[in-house]
This record gives sequence, structure tokens and C-alpha cells, in this order.
Amino acid sequence: MIKKNTAFFTLLVVLFASSLAFGSNDEEAGHSTGGAVDTKEEINEYIHHHLKDSHDFTLFSLGESGTHIGFPLPVILVDDGLHVFMSSKFHHGTAVAESNGNYYAVHHGKIYKTDAEGHIEYDEHHHPTNATPLDLSITKNVVGMIFAGILLLFMFGSLAKSYKKGPIPTGVGRFLEPLVLYVRDEMARPNIGEKHYQKFMPYLLTAFFYIWLLNLMGMTPLGFNVTGNIAVTVCLALFTFFIVQFSGNKDYWKHIFWMPGVPVPMKIILMPIEIIGMFTKPFALLIRLFANMTAGHFVVMSLIALSITMKAAFGPAAALGMSFFLALFISIIEILVAFLQAYIFTMLSALFIGMAVEEHH
Amino acid sequence: MDQLINDFSPGLFIMQALIFLVLLFILAKFAWKPIIQSLKIREESIQDALDAAERAKQEMERLKSDNERLLDEARQEREQILKDARQVANSLKEEASLDAEKQAKRILEDARLAIKNEKQAALTEVKNQVAKLSLQITEKLLRRELADEKAQKELIEDFVKDTKLN
Repeated sequence: MIKKNTAFFTLLVVLFASSLAFGSNDEEAGHSTGGAVDTKEEINEYIHHHLKDSHDFTLFSLGESGTHIGFPLPVILVDDGLHVFMSSKFHHGTAVAESNGNYYAVHHGKIYKTDAEGHIEYDEHHHPTNATPLDLSITKNVVGMIFAGILLLFMFGSLAKSYKKGPIPTGVGRFLEPLVLYVRDEMARPNIGEKHYQKFMPYLLTAFFYIWLLNLMGMTPLGFNVTGNIAVTVCLALFTFFIVQFSGNKDYWKHIFWMPGVPVPMKIILMPIEIIGMFTKPFALLIRLFANMTAGHFVVMSLIALSITMKAAFGPAAALGMSFFLALFISIIEILVAFLQAYIFTMLSALFIGMAVEEHH
Repeated sequence: MDQLINDFSPGLFIMQALIFLVLLFILAKFAWKPIIQSLKIREESIQDALDAAERAKQEMERLKSDNERLLDEARQEREQILKDARQVANSLKEEASLDAEKQAKRILEDARLAIKNEKQAALTEVKNQVAKLSLQITEKLLRRELADEKAQKELIEDFVKDTKLN
């Protein structure tokens, strides 16, 4: 076990070492946001940029020289065939990448199909009208997901293995087992019921630990914002939605389309409300997780940025101190929120599943 | 909302769905299933142990109460035996004293009877002796009196006088 962990961390170190090498080679003068990030607009731009997914893994950028420290990630596009190239071709959004005769450019973290010069057309709302290829790139968020997935496999694989030695887990399993029990006894059992809960345990456990781990990874300076990405939360909420609909029993559908125990006019009024309710439940899930995580990142970064924006008013030391303590305070709350959001997502999923499988007498 | 829809990346959605599904299946097979199974087995064994302990406790309780009952019974029996013995002893004593009393009475009665008989016999003896002596005295007196003629005549005259008066 120790040997395996060592190998894993060696891999990480090698990865970062190579990334630094990449960074130093990648110098470019004409970056759009070149120079230090110090005005309000630039900070805002920077935060928004961070909240979005990106096609390369940038740890930090040196504003002065426009050097980005990080490593490129593979870009995979489906557009009349498969286009695979490294994101270094974009030169951090400043260059047009050519692949098999097609030209692509990055605008606000999104890849558009362009002509050879990289022209992007805008409509009156300032949205690009260029065609967007299906982007299956290994983006920063995908790296985050894969990393979280591997970590989960390691953690819970070792917990599962430790049961082979005896009934009491050892090592990291000591910490993980109560969490598994927590999901089972506090979320699944009371909400779904003794009879059905076991069928849904794998989904609830996976969702809980996956979201929690990704939320926590968002707190690291690596700057993942996976659970604050709308596509990710939509996907997770859809999983819950489909599981609920497919496990719904006769009573569940009856309650939606022909509510028992109320007069007929009420049944007709309730039907559309219940049908809307089917969709608002997962919608609330996805918006809650997305909004909480995005807002958390936004607030933490804004507070860190205080050290720059307040420098003029309070002087560098006071601005830095204020920014440090406020950011520290919010970060502690964010660690709690990371758990809380994972808990709420899993809890509500269990609740919705419980409503669908509940047996009325 | 507009911004959100613009930010939505179908590619990322697909990647997320794929990664999550793969993760779900691998974890379900290699982690959740054995973990939940082991937890269940452990909990069942704990429950079994607790149940067994509870049963043992009840058994102990039962044995204890049995013992208590037996002891109680023994105590009662002893009490009963003692009581009986005391009773028997008492009645024996009483009987003995009654017997003795009776015996004494009887002996006294016998003695009294014997004394009475003896007394009677002695009195009779004395009477006989007195009668005999009186007769002898009378005989001797008469013998002397009748030796004299004059005295005889006087006596007869006395008798005749007395007879007339009767």
C-alpha cells in the first residue's frame, strides 16, 4: 500500500515538473490580458476566466512577461471527423489552431470554428455566431473529474480491501467508514426506506463522495471549479432525475397524473403542477450546487483581490492583512459548504428517490 | 440565464456523464458492494453477539431466580421440619408429664387403698382381740362370782328384773 502511494505521488511530482518545463518554453508577448492583473476590470475578467473551464492547466501566470506556468491538455473535437491536438496550439487563446484543414479559435474558454485568420462574428448580444464543434477535450475540469475518480477508487478500494483482513477497517478506512455509514444511515435509510435503499446505495455514495471531493479540490490553489460548472451539475441532476423516474412505482405516477383523494377538478389542476414538479426538483438540485460553488469561488477570489483593490485606500499592509483574514474566514466557511452541498445533493436525491418508491396503503 | 446557456458545454456534459458512469460502475463493483456487504456482515455479527448476550443474561436471571426459589423452598422446609420437631417434642413432654401425673395419682390411690384396707384389717383384728379379751375377762369374772351362791342368786334376780322391765 505504501509503495503504491509513493508511486502515485511520484507520478504527480513528475507531472508538475514537466508542466514547469512547458511553462518556461511558452512565452508570448501579445496576450490580451498581458501585464499585471491590478485594475477592477482585469480582476473581474480574471475571476470570470477562472470560473470557466479551460483547455490548459495553468497554475499561475506571470503578468509582466505573459508567461503561463502550467501544462497543455489534449483538445478533442468532433467536427466532420476527429480532431486531436494539444491546447498549446492555441497559445492561451491568442492563436488560431489548424487541424486537418479546419481552423479553431478560443473565445472565453469556448472553441469556435473560424477561418484561417480566426475571425469571430458576433450577434447584437455580443455572442459569437460561429459554429461550435462538439468539444470532448480533456479540459481542466475533466482532469479534475478523472483525478477525483482515481482518488475515490484508491480510497474506497483500500477500504474495501481492508475488510478482507478483519471486520474493523485500518488506516484511512477508519476515517472513510463512518462517512459511508453516515450516507447509509442518515440519508438513504430514513429517506428511501428499509426495503429499497440498498439498490440506490452505489449511486448515492458515488454522488456524495464525488461531489464532496470535487468541492474540496475547488478549495485548493489548483483552482478546479468542476462542481461550479453548469454542465457538470446538469449532468448530475439528470442522473438523479432519471433514477427517480425509472424507479417510480405505480403510486408515484398516480400521484402525478391523477392525485388520489381529491375532487376531480382538483385532480386536473394538480396534474400540470405535479408534472412541473418532476422537473423543478432536479432543476433545484443543479442550480443549488452550481450557484453555491460558483459563488464560493467568486467570493474567495474577490476577497483575495481586496489586497490589490484596497491597496490605494488602506496601504499595502492593511489591505493584505484584511484580505488574508477575510479570505481565510470565507475559506473555512467554504470547506463547510463543500461538505454541505454534497450532503444536500445526496440527501435530496435520496428524498426524491424515496418519494418515488414509497408505498402507499 | 442567457449567460448560463452560453456557458453550457455539451462536450463537458458528455465527458462528465461518461466519467461518472464509469466511476459509478467501477466503484459499485469494487468498492461499494464489498464495503456494504462487509458492513452488513459485521453489523449482523454484532447484533447476533448482542442477542446471545441478552439471551445468556436472561438464562442467568432464570437460573438465579430458580436458585432463589430452591433456597427459599429449602428454608421453608427446614422451618417446617423444625416446627414439627418442636411440636413433637412438646407433645412428648406433655404426654410424659401427664403420664407421670397419672402414675403418681394411681400410686397414691393404691397407697390410700392399701392403707385403708390395712386399717380396716387392723381394726377388725383389734375388735376381735378386744372381744376375745372381754370374753376371757368375763369368763374369769363369772367363774369367780358363781363360786359364791349368794352372788348367783343376786345376778339371776337382776336378769329377771331387767326382763320384766322389757
